[in-house]
Amino acid sequence: MNRPLPRWAELVLLPVLNLVLALAVSALVVLAAGQSPRAAFDALVIGSFGSWDSIGYTLFYTTNMAFAGLAVAIAFKAGLFNIGVEGQAAIGGLGVALVCLGLDATLPALILLPLAILGGAAFGAAWGAVPGWLQARRGSHIVITTIMFNFIAAALMVYLLVNVLIEPGQMAPETRRFATGLAKLSAFGFPGRSPVNLALPLALAAALAVWVLVWRTPWGYGLRVVGANPDAANYAGIDQAKRIIVVMAISGALAAGIAVNEVLGTHQKLILNFTGGAGFTGIAVALMGRNHPLGVLLAALLFGALAQGGSELAFEMPELPRDTVVVVQGLVILFTGALGGLLRAPLSRLFPARA
Amino acid sequence: MIAKPRGSQSGAPAIECRAITKRFGHVLANDAVDLSVQRGSIHGVIGENGAGKSTLMAILHGFYPMDSGEIRVDGRPAAIRSSADAIALGIEMVHQHFMLVEPFTVLENIMLGAEGGALLAKGQAAARQSLARLAQDYGLVVDPDARIEDLPVGTRQRVEILKALHRGAEILILDEPTGVLTPQEADDLFRVLRALRDEGKAVILITHKLREVMAVTDHVSVMRGGRMVAHLATAETSAAELGELMIGRRPGAATRPTPATPGVELLGVADLRVRDGAGVARVRGVSFTLHAGEILGIAGVAGNGQTELLEALSGMRAPDSGTVRLRGVPLAPCDAGEMRRLGVAHVPEDRLRHGLIADFAAQETAILGYQGDPMWRQVLGLLSGRAMERHTKALMAAHDVRPGVPGLRSALFSGGNQQRLIMGRELDRAPDVLLVGQPTRGVDIGGIEAIHQRLRAWRDAGKAVLLVSVELDEILALSDRILVMFDGRIVGDLAAGAGERELGLLMAGAH
Amino acid sequence: MEGVLDLIVPILAATLRVATPLILAALAGLFSERSGVVDVGLEGKMLAGAFAAAATASVTGDVWLGLGAAILASSALALLHGFACVTLRGSQVVSGMAINVLAAGLTATLALAWFRQGGQTPPLPQGARFPALPLPGAAWIAEVPVLGRLLVGVVGGHTALVYLAVLLVPVAAFVLWRTRFGLRLRACGEAPGAVDAAGVSVAKLRYAGVMIAGVLCGVAGAAISTGQGAGFSTDMTAGRGFIALAALILANWKPWPVLATCLLFGLLDAVAIRLQGVLIPGLGVAFPVQAVQALPYVLTVILLAGFVGRAVAPRAVGIPYVKER
Repeated sequence: MNRPLPRWAELVLLPVLNLVLALAVSALVVLAAGQSPRAAFDALVIGSFGSWDSIGYTLFYTTNMAFAGLAVAIAFKAGLFNIGVEGQAAIGGLGVALVCLGLDATLPALILLPLAILGGAAFGAAWGAVPGWLQARRGSHIVITTIMFNFIAAALMVYLLVNVLIEPGQMAPETRRFATGLAKLSAFGFPGRSPVNLALPLALAAALAVWVLVWRTPWGYGLRVVGANPDAANYAGIDQAKRIIVVMAISGALAAGIAVNEVLGTHQKLILNFTGGAGFTGIAVALMGRNHPLGVLLAALLFGALAQGGSELAFEMPELPRDTVVVVQGLVILFTGALGGLLRAPLSRLFPARA
Repeated sequence: MIAKPRGSQSGAPAIECRAITKRFGHVLANDAVDLSVQRGSIHGVIGENGAGKSTLMAILHGFYPMDSGEIRVDGRPAAIRSSADAIALGIEMVHQHFMLVEPFTVLENIMLGAEGGALLAKGQAAARQSLARLAQDYGLVVDPDARIEDLPVGTRQRVEILKALHRGAEILILDEPTGVLTPQEADDLFRVLRALRDEGKAVILITHKLREVMAVTDHVSVMRGGRMVAHLATAETSAAELGELMIGRRPGAATRPTPATPGVELLGVADLRVRDGAGVARVRGVSFTLHAGEILGIAGVAGNGQTELLEALSGMRAPDSGTVRLRGVPLAPCDAGEMRRLGVAHVPEDRLRHGLIADFAAQETAILGYQGDPMWRQVLGLLSGRAMERHTKALMAAHDVRPGVPGLRSALFSGGNQQRLIMGRELDRAPDVLLVGQPTRGVDIGGIEAIHQRLRAWRDAGKAVLLVSVELDEILALSDRILVMFDGRIVGDLAAGAGERELGLLMAGAH
Repeated sequence: MEGVLDLIVPILAATLRVATPLILAALAGLFSERSGVVDVGLEGKMLAGAFAAAATASVTGDVWLGLGAAILASSALALLHGFACVTLRGSQVVSGMAINVLAAGLTATLALAWFRQGGQTPPLPQGARFPALPLPGAAWIAEVPVLGRLLVGVVGGHTALVYLAVLLVPVAAFVLWRTRFGLRLRACGEAPGAVDAAGVSVAKLRYAGVMIAGVLCGVAGAAISTGQGAGFSTDMTAGRGFIALAALILANWKPWPVLATCLLFGLLDAVAIRLQGVLIPGLGVAFPVQAVQALPYVLTVILLAGFVGRAVAPRAVGIPYVKER
């Protein structure tokens, strides 16, 4: 029986140790690939923070990771494993695109953009709420349903982009460019030419909103009880089914933030696979960030740096693909999530028993 | 004082325990327990909750190792370190909660662990033969190809017994077997047990029901407070004597201030019927009234429906039928939150499972069930950490919860302090009706007294308390009126000062 | 008649080919989940197996060595999963997802680093792939009208792995329902307490289930890269591990229905490809190929929702076993 670790060890030490372990094992993989781990690490760091352009790109990816991590984390707070962030983000993108394609000729940017964001959030929320409803009212396991919904979303997006929304006369399965998009931060004085845009402050605001909602409202209190102890939720008269459905909707809406960053912020058109696997990285981000908005933001920065660093790495060391950072990701999920118990036992022996 | 077994038989006992001792932390669950069970006999082991019966049986069939003592099977010393060891010695147990695989057939369940070969075909034929023979010998008839999930509870128990016999049980232990049976099924069970006894098997029956003991056992041993206090031949004793031995002589209850005359009816329950999570009827038509200014105690051995009764009254579980009147007005079905709003507070029996959240800080546990209250909400309806902290600090001071640190994780408080925190939370609401289950479970002596005082003070303030406890001492010390619950029904309604003997017999279903 | 056969035979043959890795992966999931351990990592194990098979076959020129390597790679990941789930009693879903992500990263990295071909292994020569096995006596069977061509074209001409996959279905059914091991394994997935009470080790059985899954996923991976394809390419499993999971659920965790659902999904895939660009008669609209591709997932959701039939998973699946004390 392990003694519970002091709070700071649980929240900071353990994730940091897990990260160090993950990096160490990744170094072994790089060695197996015949490359120098030192060189790879240097390329990663320089690639993600070495110039204003790099920093901008890092922040751009961080935005995606933040939204994905928040989406997964808030669902985890209710005890739900939302693997469907990819699909929810994709459908969110659909919502953004429909608003823009329909209204960008008639509305000024100041009204269009918030509407598009709302549209994206609504669509993402719907795509998350359905599995939530299925879990709450029909007992269908949310892990399986969200996995399935990812694939259904992917198929739907392909169909729509190839057959319905495609800009007539072009080959690529994309919509036409929107009349406007979210301003890049470079327009506000941020140095460099990176695509980081207003979605970043939006992500920060979302993190704050999640914190307030989950830790500072009675509703959020009920959510945390449902996730921590469903029996106590019954005792306290908290409606579990409603919480599950609503939190999945919120999760889907947060996932749509990825769409806001990519579709509205960068490409200004809807393309296939704009999510780029951020949904799965979000799982790592949430696990590392211990499902707390502050932790999620920090972990998002880490994984954003890894994503950007990975691109640079692939450029600097052509023998390594950018997917090498995916190995780090997988190891983080492994050590933080599945093998979490491995480190806990020896650590708890290091700390004196509490009174 | 251990009486010698009267009417002993020749030959070594099937199983003999000498000075078995087992300690859990600072609780002495078994204190130098002796037990001797003869072949060809049905031996009852009776006692209240916490008397140590389950621990002793767990040791016998290898679930726990004993701290010290000796076990002899058929006169030979035996070392039982695991259930495999026990099974090898012919000791089998039929648990209270069946260990059956529901979607499997009876045959598959019987074979599990004793398949008789890598391929099932061979073992299946042997198992079918075995079942046929057992049906003939003991009247244990079951359809081998029926699926467990389709079978009624009584038949499932039969399968458990068949499993044990198929594995070659010579000593069969049954733990509270009739808790889930209808009277008819219980009679069938007794018929089977007698047949087993006549075949020369040793049957140990753990129960708290005196009627059963008198009906079917040959010998009976009484446990109390971790000790074996008597061995008797059933024919030479009576339910009354056994009841007294089981309960023991209690110090006279401290004089209590005369209770205020009970006031208006606050809670009226009529013919309440409740099923548990598995669909078994647990409350079978309970009716009573609870008045302002009184503590109504519900006495009874655990598992006779008290848990489900509390769950139904607190809004945690919907009853099948029956009415509950609150202040004279019939209640529509509602959930726990609504019950709280109506002025009914609830201190749960299982505080770790229902009453608190282990990982939450004490100040967050302190608002469980009342999270929507305006008292800790400030700007925009957000929860104010400071208000919660202040409130919890006051609560801790008022109810002597130590350490008085609202930010400390709930799991880190001792049992007694957790209980005081929860009581404080519920009493703080000034509910008209307080439902309390096992208020002093896992609480030290000093804490028990403090909690009792709180409850009395509540009653003196003109409120009503429904107290459910398996501790007879507690019921006697606190209650103005005592109801005894047995098998889902109220079997006794006594005023304060009722004799323990009477209570013991009622609790054991002897009347 | 010939025209109809011209249409049907390739589709049916493709069905069997496409279904093979699905059958193997679904059977893998069957053993794991029947023992009580959730396995969402089928995709990752298959991918690892596919890479190991192609890499080894490319270097050694021996496709059977490749198969062995695939089994080893997949089993290593399975062992990890077993350790996390059974010994450490960690979250089974998280472990499965970690394996998927890890396998994706590892295979991409090692493929590029070792073979320098943009993440692929070099195209495999004839000897390093599984050869198509013609039906014995194909020449004269083909003479038989209709049936002959069906037999030769659909049943014959597949690689050994295809026949293995189909054969494994009755083997799995036999092991699970007619052997002592199978009885105990299934009991672990439904009521591990009963197994423990009978004096049998739950942990050992669950490890066995997980390792069998590892072996079968390895074979599935080999089937993809050295059976169907001619080498490994990045992310070549393309979600098949999840389709296999869907097939398993739709089949209610039973071996013969698994064969049926996998064949169904294989058929859908084969048909979908052929319907690319075809117009629906009368409507003039392009056939929604994606609808057919999404059908497996939609069907699974419908089943899980309990609107049509009920998905009955092993009762104790996903719950780490802790002895009640």
